[in-house]
Amino acid sequence: MTVAVPRKASPLAPTRPEEILRPINPWFIPLTFVIALLGNLLPLTGTAAMARPDFLALVILYWCIHEPRYVGVGIAWALGLVMDVADATVFGEHALAYAVLAYAAEYFRRRVLRFRRWQQAPQIALLLFICTVMVLLIRFVGGAPLPSWTYAVPPLVGALLWPLTSALLQWPQRPPAEL
Amino acid sequence: MQHFSDAPPPFFHRGPSPFARLALFGLLSLALLFTDSRYGYLEGIRSIVAIALHPLQRMVQIPGETLAWVAMYFTSQRELSEEVAALKQQVLAQGPATQGYGLLRDENAALRALLAIHARFANAATAAEVLYTGRDPFSKKIFLNRGTDAGIKAGEAVIDQFGVIGQVTRAFPQMAEVTLITDKDHAVPVKVERSGVRGVFFGAGAGRMPELRFMASSSDVRPGDKLYTSGLDGIYPADLAVAQVLSVERETGQMFSRILCTPTAGVDRTGYVLVLRQGEAQLPRPEEPVEADLPRKGTRAKGRRSG
Repeated sequence: MTVAVPRKASPLAPTRPEEILRPINPWFIPLTFVIALLGNLLPLTGTAAMARPDFLALVILYWCIHEPRYVGVGIAWALGLVMDVADATVFGEHALAYAVLAYAAEYFRRRVLRFRRWQQAPQIALLLFICTVMVLLIRFVGGAPLPSWTYAVPPLVGALLWPLTSALLQWPQRPPAEL
Repeated sequence: MQHFSDAPPPFFHRGPSPFARLALFGLLSLALLFTDSRYGYLEGIRSIVAIALHPLQRMVQIPGETLAWVAMYFTSQRELSEEVAALKQQVLAQGPATQGYGLLRDENAALRALLAIHARFANAATAAEVLYTGRDPFSKKIFLNRGTDAGIKAGEAVIDQFGVIGQVTRAFPQMAEVTLITDKDHAVPVKVERSGVRGVFFGAGAGRMPELRFMASSSDVRPGDKLYTSGLDGIYPADLAVAQVLSVERETGQMFSRILCTPTAGVDRTGYVLVLRQGEAQLPRPEEPVEADLPRKGTRAKGRRSG
């Protein structure tokens, strides 16, 4: 199924073979959002809670990069409002952060898509950091103190999970193996 | 060379550009941020979304509960009998204290009735389970699985078996949000058990020790002192354990001493808690003397320092 690529090929080479994916079932997208939201609601404590990535941001990022016709700034913003309720933060905090994330994803998507999955991870880390920094900025306006260094862990964990997330979310669109 | 215009032909029309959309939703977010933090008009919308989220929150609980049930099922006989023995010993040890309790309570009630003092403790309380902790490292909040349907109201005190955990800040039908005493914006009026000195216990947010602030350098507080609620704010009933003093630093240049404390209750653990029903025992606050000339100070700051 995966096409062998010569070792020499530069990641930027435009002729890198790509699979043609099947069209997406539009019901699949809301389903993934619900599952990501469940991940964000998991009752974790201690180290697990500290390192938990923002699953919803990760899934928003995936759809903004791969299906910008379906998911864009508006949907990301609405999901941010839901997250604001779940986290009991001020209305608009996650909404603004996710809207900026979706915009950044739309801006960088062509660049990100040129790379392979594991090579995309550092760029995803940068995008997730943008989202985190947006939340931080809003907090600072509200008078919050500087958080500890652990605040930088979830975006990194999110970026590490990106290849897996990306593969899982693309699974239903894979062409049948026998072709 | 032919000139092409930048605009796409009409049959490729995709709505406003991403940047225009970002600007629109960014402005909307800013408006929401401002409205919510300043006026709190949006609590209705918040509770509607919270109701919609509730099934998801329950669903997320299921794996943990199942695991706990399975683990409980396979607990060995020996462990159980050991636990029973330990519990029996505990009951015996607490016997002397509890045997006279009913008598004392009746006597106390009679004396208080004589003195026309209102009951200090509201008798009713609701047991609740911690659903999950807020994902947000800035604010210390937990969510309980009971809400207004179980009679919980915003403002009620929440305790566990060791002491005060926090205060209900928002009550939804099936859920309640509790701000922990370690939250940055939270204050509890307390008294020192040993000396009876009054003070206010302030949370400091994630990663910092809560403090007893605005205590003069001469005040009688020592490391190891236990802090109990003084009950002066009308939110926390009196005589609940709050914290223990960890260190006291007195610097000559400073007006107040720096007193760090550790909370007594398991504020960072998940488990069962008790929401204390607010009795109507509170007397109304006396009218503030009206002074038309003086500008009024912020009521919030005044409320927080009422201890």
